[in-house]
Amino acid sequence: MSEQIVPGWELVVGLEVHVELATRTKLFSGSPNRFGDDANVHIDPVTLGLPGALPVLNEHAVELAMRVGLALNCRIEPCTFHRKNYFYPDMPKAYQISQYDQPLNLDGFLDLPDGTRIGVERAHLEEDTGKSTHVGGDGRIHGSEGSLIDFNRAGVPLVEIVSRPDIRTVDQAKDYVNELRAILVAIDASDAKMEEGSMRVDANVSVRRPGEPLGTRCEIKNVNSVRSLGRAIEYEARRQVDLLEAGDRIRQETRHWNESDGRTHTLRVKEDADDYRYFLEPDLVPLVPDREWIERVRSAMPVLPAARRASLGAFLGVPAGSAAVWTVVDRGQDEYVLASVDAGGVGERVLVYVQQAFAEAGPNPAVPADGLARLTVMERNGELTATQAKDVLATMLETGSADPETIARSKGYEAMDTSAIAVAVDEAIAGDPAAWGKYCAGEEKAAGALVGRVMKATKGQADGKVVTALLQERRAANG
Amino acid sequence: MTPRTAVDTAAGVRSGSLRAADVLEEHLARVAAREAEIHAFNLVTQDAARARAADIDRRVAAGEDPGPLAGVTIALKDNLCTRGVPTTCSSRILEGWKPPYDASVVERLAAAGAVFVGKTNLDEFAMGSSTENSAFGPTRNPLDTSRVPGGSSGGSAAAVAADFATVAIGSDTGGSIRQPAALCGVVGVKPTYGAVSRYGLIAFASSLDQIGPFTHTVEDAALLMEVISGHDARDSTSIPQPAMQLRQELGKGVEGLRIGRITDLPAGADPGIMACLDAAFAALEAQGASVVDVQVPAFTYGLTAYYLVAPAEASSNLARYDGVRFGMRVEAPDTNAMYSATRAAGFGDEVKRRIMIGTYALSAGYFDAYYGKALKIRRLIANDFAAAYAKADVLLTPTSPTVAFEFGSKGDNPLAMYLCDTYTIPTNLVGHPAMSVPFGTAELGLPAGVQIMAPTLGEPVMFRVAAALEEAAK
Amino acid sequence: MSVHITKVDVAKVAKLARLDMSEADLDRYTEQLAKMLDHFEDIDALDLSGVEPMSQPFPLVNVMRPDVEQPTLDRDEVLAMAPAAEQHRFRVPSILGIDL
Repeated sequence: MSEQIVPGWELVVGLEVHVELATRTKLFSGSPNRFGDDANVHIDPVTLGLPGALPVLNEHAVELAMRVGLALNCRIEPCTFHRKNYFYPDMPKAYQISQYDQPLNLDGFLDLPDGTRIGVERAHLEEDTGKSTHVGGDGRIHGSEGSLIDFNRAGVPLVEIVSRPDIRTVDQAKDYVNELRAILVAIDASDAKMEEGSMRVDANVSVRRPGEPLGTRCEIKNVNSVRSLGRAIEYEARRQVDLLEAGDRIRQETRHWNESDGRTHTLRVKEDADDYRYFLEPDLVPLVPDREWIERVRSAMPVLPAARRASLGAFLGVPAGSAAVWTVVDRGQDEYVLASVDAGGVGERVLVYVQQAFAEAGPNPAVPADGLARLTVMERNGELTATQAKDVLATMLETGSADPETIARSKGYEAMDTSAIAVAVDEAIAGDPAAWGKYCAGEEKAAGALVGRVMKATKGQADGKVVTALLQERRAANG
Repeated sequence: MTPRTAVDTAAGVRSGSLRAADVLEEHLARVAAREAEIHAFNLVTQDAARARAADIDRRVAAGEDPGPLAGVTIALKDNLCTRGVPTTCSSRILEGWKPPYDASVVERLAAAGAVFVGKTNLDEFAMGSSTENSAFGPTRNPLDTSRVPGGSSGGSAAAVAADFATVAIGSDTGGSIRQPAALCGVVGVKPTYGAVSRYGLIAFASSLDQIGPFTHTVEDAALLMEVISGHDARDSTSIPQPAMQLRQELGKGVEGLRIGRITDLPAGADPGIMACLDAAFAALEAQGASVVDVQVPAFTYGLTAYYLVAPAEASSNLARYDGVRFGMRVEAPDTNAMYSATRAAGFGDEVKRRIMIGTYALSAGYFDAYYGKALKIRRLIANDFAAAYAKADVLLTPTSPTVAFEFGSKGDNPLAMYLCDTYTIPTNLVGHPAMSVPFGTAELGLPAGVQIMAPTLGEPVMFRVAAALEEAAK
Repeated sequence: MSVHITKVDVAKVAKLARLDMSEADLDRYTEQLAKMLDHFEDIDALDLSGVEPMSQPFPLVNVMRPDVEQPTLDRDEVLAMAPAAEQHRFRVPSILGIDL
């Protein structure tokens, strides 16, 4: 939705996104960074925060974090690590190693498909916590008797990406997350799946009258999909507007989005400012990426999705923001589409076919690009109807064949020449004078019965467009 | 009688002229005779030690070389992780805890053929200067059992002084190797920060802690340093250099070296101690060194800086003792209550005191006034030392202001105890190496230790001077 | 800077550090910590303007390790040392009420 949620009020949103990096091992130790295995198997003294354990930084995590920074147009700076001290059972050391006033990536931006530029304040490295499941009650924290902690996830490398509060609509928020995800996947930094927790989004939401200073914001947590993000922001904005219009103040707090009741609920109040007692991590040394390293990372970066969409759109003469272009680029199939068009394929048809039929085909579909090209040409030339072409394509996908002609022949999809179709049309007219009468009188719908007769008579081999054209010709000739 | 030094023991065992089993039994016999009185150990691991000694003898008989510490009996401070062997830091909160891994230093010593006699007593979590803060009872100074052995590595120092082990390993954060070495009349070394891996050393103050040896002789200390020092990839603060080679320095003498006397050293050392220091200067001069006067104006602020930095880091390092994954737990209806009850029951007074002052020093609103300032004082001290080392190769001070003091003599006043570390603390703050060498006796005929300080990675010159002093003390 | 640390301060600090304290404890520690802080006032005499803080005794940078798997710990050995374990996990009492 791009209109104001409540007229007269401006929405202000900043997003904090935590992304699990796709490394083989954890940020500060060599235990595997893997999802879904048995509890507490990816453990070592560092992961468990055992006495005497010491952290050592994962080089590949730094490389991936630098890619994220470059993809978000950040400055990469010499940086340090700090301890963020607090007690929680899934925090094995009772402090988290993170970055505080000297983060790796600073002052970047992300451009949305609609052209809006959202500032990225920072993107820094930090370690993930373990996971708790609650026993007793209904599995939720409230009413539980206790919790069980699994440290497999503890120590997994995270990049925390903090946007500036530049987002003004729900659609922008969703676009930001989708674009960010596409970027992260394109640079192999993360698989960025909200549903699996490898990308977690917290929203800072406030409202204000246009022109006034920023209002008090609330942090919304527990949003598990882009759709939920939209719903949560919308609910929270309305909640805040209702309070303000009733003359109440907004309490600065963290709120928990509840998917089932569609509301945010108080989680904890930030009155007692958390005293994390940040200090420089004495067990680590500063990280100073040199010019050569940064350049190496920069030159190895792939073309980002936005640029790929722009290229594909321009080449095909279609809007870069269209769903088809988005989908095809997201799947990494844009090169394939370009190759197919290069081989003579009909641009729009190639694009549509790839969007609709190639969901599982991956970036290197089994169907050779020139095979698809020939199929689209056959269709344009009338040798195949749209229905027939779709069917041939399905077979091509199954078999990886590059030969639509042979497949069409084997299915009996001979191109019917126009004179044969004309005969069938005339027979249909003769066979259903009532429908013909109505059609000549201007009832377009009546053509359906006539077309149906033609199809039946030709066993579906007549090209529907040609049939319709002939009917129109006959009608016009009738006067 | 088996040899009293590690050098001689290892040589004998490697050559086959000495059996590791015999060496061990002799030490265990002394343990049996006096340990009840001294309480140097939290745990004597005689079964494992016997198996190990037997294994070493077997390998020698088979023509293998067990390594440069073959058959040498070693006592390990109980804040070094030893896999499957209880490691307590002399705290109730870790009572019975068996680490699932070995510290790097332990691995290196084992690989060199050492035989571990047991885990020694310490001030709880290495916080203290007398070993009176141990949750399991104090250690007594073998030279005078009415007196403390020093701390925090009191058990290790006593183990060597009582010949329970030929050498021992301790840790030093503000003087915890050097001061007990001085009080027990043995040699104690704190290496350059980063020279010895901290992986597996249960942390007190991460930017100050170092592991080091207690020995009877300077040569033994040099040998131990050669085994335990050198880069370790598991410690990010580990200096990327190979193990130090120090024995080759020992015979070089001190001709031409400049020995620094700090003229603005904080007062407070007993006269007998100062007399030993003076004698040390004289002895070195007699051997061809020159004595130069230097000033280290910020030296005196070391105590304050230390008692802000160390507790601050400790407050964070000790937060992991929360009853969740290991160690003691006091059950409670919710986790927060469990944390607070567990830590209240598991930690002793001194540990709590330091956790609180450290938490306070880091807390919002006070960071700049306390922790932030302390880090700047560190820099000042480093600058002053740098200026001093432009004029001198090493600096000499007393190690401890007094000889071994009586149990309970520091009373309820934590500050009185903290003053024990006046001379040792500054080198921890700046990461320089320092060692204590016994030199003469002071008040009550008890031993005095002279502290030799050197610049970063100055172990070679430091050991040269130590060897000269040792020679002169004979 | 003559700051007197009060009992309220000490109580707050004890809570931050998760240390249960009796009233008597609070009184005792307040007195001791106040004495310590009084002693530390000696550093107020120093001019620290323009002095860079020193966090690292030995200046290293860029210490990293390759992204290669290392052996993990034996889960049974670790859980055997846990105060409470269930379903291969560490069990703790209710987390509700933790203020972060």
